[in-house]
Amino acid sequence: MACPQCDTLHYAARLPEGSRAYCKRCGVVIATERATAFAQVLSLAITAFILMVAAISFPFLELDVAGHHNSISVLQAVTVFNDGIALLLAIAVAGFIVFLPLLRLASIIYALGPLVRGKPARRSAKEAFALAEFLQPWSMAEIFIVGVAVALIKVAGLAHVSTGPAFWAFCALVLITVLKDQLICRYSVWQALD
Amino acid sequence: MASTGLGEGLITAREAGLVACGRCGRLHPIAENYCSRCSAPLESRDFESPQKVWAWLIAGLVAYLPANIYPMLRTSQLGTSTESTIVGGVMDLIHHGSVGIAAIVFFASIVIPVGKFFAIAYLAISVQRKSLLNQHQRHKLYEVVEFVGRWSMIDVFVVAILSALVQFDTLASINPGIAAFSFAISVVFTMLSAQSFDARLIWDVDRTNHAK
Ligand SMILES: [Zn+2]
Ligand SMILES: [Zn+2]
Repeated sequence: MACPQCDTLHYAARLPEGSRAYCKRCGVVIATERATAFAQVLSLAITAFILMVAAISFPFLELDVAGHHNSISVLQAVTVFNDGIALLLAIAVAGFIVFLPLLRLASIIYALGPLVRGKPARRSAKEAFALAEFLQPWSMAEIFIVGVAVALIKVAGLAHVSTGPAFWAFCALVLITVLKDQLICRYSVWQALD
Repeated sequence: MASTGLGEGLITAREAGLVACGRCGRLHPIAENYCSRCSAPLESRDFESPQKVWAWLIAGLVAYLPANIYPMLRTSQLGTSTESTIVGGVMDLIHHGSVGIAAIVFFASIVIPVGKFFAIAYLAISVQRKSLLNQHQRHKLYEVVEFVGRWSMIDVFVVAILSALVQFDTLASINPGIAAFSFAISVVFTMLSAQSFDARLIWDVDRTNHAK
């Protein structure tokens, strides 16, 4: 196998359980060995998918200012805009924090599902996994959470803001996604899909 | 400068007459055009990579300038309307005493984008000049740039959240300015720029001379 970053050749040896292989030249992780990794990745992806659906439908933030009350879900936040810049921005944001992450999770579930149950891979499983890999840098849910924190502090002087249930679903979703991306070994998935 | 390559008897796939699939990693003879596993096009090295990097980088820079000049947010409160730019937003946060948050926004919206422009330009120049220096450090720099670039989106999300949340007709309302969109575009372009960089070129320099 060749290192994806520097092209140095390595012998693909069987690794001890739970260990990682690093490139001898540039030092990136090139493979991890974990018998239960696929099942864990799959269950985390399914959990994340469900949390995402909850996170976009329940109230996300609630705000009170001088007797007015405003409570928004992510879906409402996107549909509230109807003019020029705001609409473009809303579409872009919705793409980065909702649609691309959902698409990515769905592709992972589709590609790994049959493998975990010991069945042969689906016919377009390779395309699905390639799509999931491609989408990784463009799924920005974790960045959105930091954005929410900053926004909460910015309006603190203006109004009283509290977080709704969807906010916590979103936080859990971020943690699970990070954990899942740590567990996934690109090299073993492609081997298994072959 | 721990190692300048050739040590430990390591060879690259290219030197062995092989090409690794950029998508799934399977090795093929170098003459092969498409991957037999995932059917992605095979390319041993992307020698056009520095040109692509420059093109996206310049596009990113062009979008970044208006993002700093035009307002990010338009706030109307009880009839009076104020506009704030990226820098203005940071200043406001400091005035309200939220120095920590001001630092996050300053980092995400100014330090990271500007640092990224310099880092990518440096990487592209060093590869074009076939520099032998600091291969490990440059590779680390590339990894940092790839990892950190997306985080610049924070301010765009802040603007989107604020303008969705604060809509109380005459009492108070917040709307996004043109800068929010051009900033988002700039982040996307610089991410594409970093993605078009072929890190293998950093490591190739000491080899191409030896290989042939
Ligand atoms: Zn390597
Ligand atoms: Zn392939």
